[in-house]
Amino acid sequence: MDGALSSFRPAIRAGQDGQASRRTAPRPASETGGRLAAVPTRSAYPFSAIVGQQEMKRALMIAAVDPSIGGVLVFGDRGTGKSTAVRSLAALLPEMAVVAGCPFACDPAAPQVSCSHCGNLAKGKKPEKRMVPVPVVDLPLGTTEDRLAGALDIERALAQGVKAFEPGLLAAAHRGFLYIDEVNLLEDHLVDLLLDVAASGENVVEREGISLRHPARFVLIGSGNPEEGELRPQLLDRFGLSVEVSTPTDLASRVEVVCRRDAYDRDAPGFMKHWAKDEARTRETILAGRKRLSSVTLPLGTIEQAATLCMALGTDGLRGELTLVRAARALAALEGDLEVGTAHLRSVAASALRHRLRRNPLDETVATTRVEKALEDVFGP
Amino acid sequence: MSVLAARSADAKRAEDTGAESVSFQVAALLAVDPVGLAGLVLRGPADPRRDEWLDSFRKLLPTGVPWRRVPLGIADSRLLGGLDLAASLSAGRPIAQPGLLAEADGGMIILPMAERVESQMIARIAAVLDSGVLCVAREGITMARATRFGVVALDEGASEEEQVTEALSDRLAFQLSFEPIGLKRALPSRPTRAEIEAARRRLSQVQVPADLPQAFCAAALALGILSLRAPVFALRCARAAAALAGRTQVTGEDAALAAQLILAPRARQLPEAPAQEQEQPPEQQQEPSNSDTEQQQDQPSLEDLVLAAAQASLPAGLLAGLGVAARQMARQAAASGRSGMMRRSAQRGRPIGARPAAWRAGLRLALVETLRVAAPWQEYRRREKPHHAALVHIRREDVRIRRYKQNSETTTIFLVDASGSAALHRLAEAKGAVELLLADCYVRRDRVAVIAFRGRGAEVLLEPTHSLVRAKRSLAALPGGGGTPLAAGIAAGYAMAEASRKRGQTPVIVALTDGRANVTRDGMGGRATAESEALDTARLFKASGFAALLIDTAPRPQPFSRDLASAMGARYVPLPFADAARMSAAVRHAARAPASGP
Repeated sequence: MDGALSSFRPAIRAGQDGQASRRTAPRPASETGGRLAAVPTRSAYPFSAIVGQQEMKRALMIAAVDPSIGGVLVFGDRGTGKSTAVRSLAALLPEMAVVAGCPFACDPAAPQVSCSHCGNLAKGKKPEKRMVPVPVVDLPLGTTEDRLAGALDIERALAQGVKAFEPGLLAAAHRGFLYIDEVNLLEDHLVDLLLDVAASGENVVEREGISLRHPARFVLIGSGNPEEGELRPQLLDRFGLSVEVSTPTDLASRVEVVCRRDAYDRDAPGFMKHWAKDEARTRETILAGRKRLSSVTLPLGTIEQAATLCMALGTDGLRGELTLVRAARALAALEGDLEVGTAHLRSVAASALRHRLRRNPLDETVATTRVEKALEDVFGP
Repeated sequence: MSVLAARSADAKRAEDTGAESVSFQVAALLAVDPVGLAGLVLRGPADPRRDEWLDSFRKLLPTGVPWRRVPLGIADSRLLGGLDLAASLSAGRPIAQPGLLAEADGGMIILPMAERVESQMIARIAAVLDSGVLCVAREGITMARATRFGVVALDEGASEEEQVTEALSDRLAFQLSFEPIGLKRALPSRPTRAEIEAARRRLSQVQVPADLPQAFCAAALALGILSLRAPVFALRCARAAAALAGRTQVTGEDAALAAQLILAPRARQLPEAPAQEQEQPPEQQQEPSNSDTEQQQDQPSLEDLVLAAAQASLPAGLLAGLGVAARQMARQAAASGRSGMMRRSAQRGRPIGARPAAWRAGLRLALVETLRVAAPWQEYRRREKPHHAALVHIRREDVRIRRYKQNSETTTIFLVDASGSAALHRLAEAKGAVELLLADCYVRRDRVAVIAFRGRGAEVLLEPTHSLVRAKRSLAALPGGGGTPLAAGIAAGYAMAEASRKRGQTPVIVALTDGRANVTRDGMGGRATAESEALDTARLFKASGFAALLIDTAPRPQPFSRDLASAMGARYVPLPFADAARMSAAVRHAARAPASGP
């Protein structure tokens, strides 16, 4: 069951391994030496080596500092390193403590009552701790419902007659990140499931005689290209921050992107080594930000400013203010400030609000421009 | 300048030796680095020459490398992997079967009719191309494993508008196009497989001049190529070319070849005139000029060389009709998913879960769900029938079948009269009305398309898309003026409606016109002919039973418009009386009740 904690479970079934080797064509000898040979999963491209894209990087770091912000949506042109950035984030996350043996990775400091494992632990008994990497779980297109929500373990049911639950991706992503590339192409019935779980923080499974609930709180990260289709407004609303990325148009940064990409492709280990220092620095920034977060103060004046801004923009509900203030606080923590100020609000306003504007789907003025204009109106140029 | 001219003369000569050699050059380069270069789009009809190319390409790859054809409309369980039905049933436990993508690891996948592949499937393949990892979470398998393959997309699109979506073509290094010629020629004997193997081994040692990335990036920018994958591919292509030529250093020749093969087919614009170029490069070259100024003075800079090579092999059509090109590109982008085949049957389509049902021929069994339902009862059933040899006892009531998404998607086609008379009679208001209707389409998640007609003919401004922002933009950019080629407009609308019906969508046509037809289908003037032609074309609509709505934008409702609506079998709504709410109600009504009379 510990397997549920790691982000990927390589070939979970013994039967699958045997099957795979039997079914695929035998590997030619030349492959092993040539470029065609299957490369083992490379270490992800370093986060710090991504050229430009400040807003995207900042939003991801904010989400890493304060997961309660509610996820990040990255929308933009093809080939801008959207998925690269998300995948590289995993390497920056510090380890987390989990209750040893809990299939749902409960926090030992606050075991969930709803968890089938930890709920049954003797009261007052301190659960055993284990450190694991924060999961960054991919939700690939073509995922079936049973794999997402979890389902009856058919193998055990058929072979042993045991009714066991096999946790799905939602369980694996608990306390970590759930990443959906091409989020606008995700099938509707999966979106429904995701929305429900993201709203309640709990996955309720009622199928095939299994009746079970387990905690599933995760930071939702989505990326996509708006030209492929729009995102359902309900799903859009679930994302705390939304960033727009575009291909850089100045020659210098384009050359830099190409050169770094090339260096990475040629010699990934060497490239990683070259960037190790920067990665360590970024990791420390995130760690320090997390530590500092609780001590960052939020002056009443700043809250008022945030509210004024949201009113000026006419955002729906209170989620806008809440996210704006939280993101500003996380940014302050990241930057080493102990008080949230106007500057922080300004930096995160576009990311926190642009997808919450009461949407006239045909309004040509880009949401970003509207937020910027409101910022000028409220705070002055 | 003289350098530019010299280079283009060189490239011209190279071109004269035939597109043939270029295509085999591409095959060789791709065989040297299939993973890095990711593959190619091969455009042209299925004909012997294409097979010949595929054949010779395959012969260059090491023996036994996977070579998998991905049929159109392949199910996810086959593409990504799923349960092996036979094996699972005979073993009595779930046994997974790897999908086609996993099987293709280390080799190539071939996508026939790539222009019709659904964007959903493209996205699945693209995810593996991008990350090098195949992630699957379906039907009892959860896995992530390193998977690398190249893609040969066979684009058999007949028209300019039918093309492989950019989501795929951007990710593949090469684009080749074949004219249908059936002649069998002698295949070039070089390079041999052994030479390719040697080039592969050499590849990792090939060095590039320090200023080459800059040269490719600058050339790409000058040609209006935004995607950064282009210069990356160009770099890899230059390396492969050097390796193939037996060198470990990329030379100007390799760079020029890469520019010609990678950058030229992607060009969106002509580079600025040389006169302006002289102003530009100094800024761009400031950084490198510190290091190798001298070299640059007596030799053509790599940047010029690359640009000239790319320019020399720009397709002739691009040079002729650059104005059109930009629009085509935009259209091509909109086309993602457009060419996808829509399916609507109980057997194919996007699965949306399973439901209990009596199994009969033609339905697809949801094996995992069925096994899950049956599982808890196994012990009991075994006890009940101890002599039954079956490993798994499955009863009729266990059976679950796959449900598929019935594609009842609506495509609303806006047919906008942008002629001078309509412009006079508030084209702006018509645009406003369309925008209101668009908002309505957004709520219903329809696809929208825009066709405008004015002057001599009709023009598709926007192929069916979900993106309303694009619809809005295409409308806003629509100029007014010229005659009213009503018949041509209606014919264009009819063609599109027919096409979207073939894709399994329900077309709804909303025509906005003042009905003052005065241009015939041949582009000639003449009101009487134009009107009778318009009526004739309109009858096509009625015959095929498309839902239609005609909004009369004339200040005073026209009798001809009413006749036209009746000929089309369209609802007739004069704009003076139509407020936004009524109009959107009318569209909704039209969508519900096809072929309703006025």
